[in-house]
Amino acid sequence: MAYSDKIRGIYTGTLNEIKDKGIFKQERPIHSAQAADIVVEFPMGSDLKKVINMCANNYLGLSSHPDVIKAAHEGLDSRGYGMSSVRFICGTQDIHKELEAKVTKFLGTEDTILFPSCMDANAGVFEAILTSEDVMISDRLVHASIIDGMRLCAALHDTFKHSDMAHLEEKLQLHADKRLKVVITDGVFSMDGDTAKLDEMVALCEKYDAMLFVDESHSSGFIGKTGRGTHEKCGVVGKIDIITTTFGKALGGASGGCVSGRKELVEMCRQKARPYLFSNTIAPVVVSGVNVVLDILSKSTERRDKLEKNTDFWRKGLTEAGFVLKEGDTPIVPVMLFNAKLSQDFSKALYEEGVYAIGFFFPVVPQGQARIRTQVSAGHEIHHLEKALEAFIKVGKKFDILGKTKQEIIAMYGN
Amino acid sequence: MAEMKDIVLQYVINEYLEDEDEVLSYDSPLISGGIVDSFSMVSLKRFLENKYKISIPDDKATPEAFDTVNKICALVNEYLK
Repeated sequence: MAYSDKIRGIYTGTLNEIKDKGIFKQERPIHSAQAADIVVEFPMGSDLKKVINMCANNYLGLSSHPDVIKAAHEGLDSRGYGMSSVRFICGTQDIHKELEAKVTKFLGTEDTILFPSCMDANAGVFEAILTSEDVMISDRLVHASIIDGMRLCAALHDTFKHSDMAHLEEKLQLHADKRLKVVITDGVFSMDGDTAKLDEMVALCEKYDAMLFVDESHSSGFIGKTGRGTHEKCGVVGKIDIITTTFGKALGGASGGCVSGRKELVEMCRQKARPYLFSNTIAPVVVSGVNVVLDILSKSTERRDKLEKNTDFWRKGLTEAGFVLKEGDTPIVPVMLFNAKLSQDFSKALYEEGVYAIGFFFPVVPQGQARIRTQVSAGHEIHHLEKALEAFIKVGKKFDILGKTKQEIIAMYGN
Repeated sequence: MAEMKDIVLQYVINEYLEDEDEVLSYDSPLISGGIVDSFSMVSLKRFLENKYKISIPDDKATPEAFDTVNKICALVNEYLK
């Protein structure tokens, strides 16, 4: 037996350390489709409870949309269940090419390549397009998948302070001697809900002959007037060299991702990106669903408009109730609690009141910045948000934090 | 040497500290103290090389050698000679 007591003891010890630190993650099974109202089993083995979901990435409410489900059924019937092959052997169908063309048009880029997930897109893209002669300069709050992708790449890696354009310019000057420079950012930052200054970043990249990479996973489908993303909001469509995004959030919520951008860079990914070369791509059933998602979003802005109204309602309600929020205008609305235990206790109390929202604390967010990250959806009706707001206010009163400043909350609970 | 220590300390404060109230000394642990991560060491190394017109070999730019301002200055001085 290779798995000895000694080996088991090492892992048991490590898992116990995670539990002792209070950062052990547990799944909470949902016994319904993803939607504004869900049925949850929490903790495992307890009675099922119907709650309002305030923490899904289902921004446009398309995860269970009847037209998307119908398209997925049709895709399953006409193109089968799986491909049993990577793309370049016999794993590419006409619908994969159709989706790549639709994404290119939707994002306003030159070309697109699908990946099994955006995690895979971010893991593969840097190694495919850069060498040790180059430099990657990333915002310090970029998503973990980008950090992993940069680790896999031989290019030099440096960082700039979050959204600090003067600091970014210093870094572009410092690395002026490098063959290629890539500035890397999220479009909307997933934990804080703030938006990258893409217009200023484009100007700096043009000045210093650098490429610009943007992860649009928390933007595609709903940020900007027609939902194209942060680049539309900032007026720089066509000027972003590399966009990565996911189909696992607003764009149907199933799975899959892509790299979209300059045609040479996309072609480099087809030739060299390892998650593309050595893994099956998105299953036909999902591709068929996303194709219809993009059709829906190209025809009408109704869903992103509703999301914008819901977001305004939710932010205004929480602000007037006296919560401390992270400023912004995206559907990611972090309610700041600062203390890790308070964030967990607050989340449990919300659940008792019929609202499902998760507390985040270090190391997912910086030390002393624990919060409940709420996410608004076009799938929410105003009555959902009113009920959720009532629950937040009730729990806020229970913990006596309404109308309190950051300093006052920290004085009461620590950070 | 004293001047170099102040230059390096000021660079670290400007570059890495998010909290303006945090105080750093010449012996504050930068890497092991979580102030500078392994990615961010790159900019520090490049800053030192540009500022003092030296080249620090990658195998000498270890987390241990970069852990305090005093250690960093000692490393830079090796290559100034």
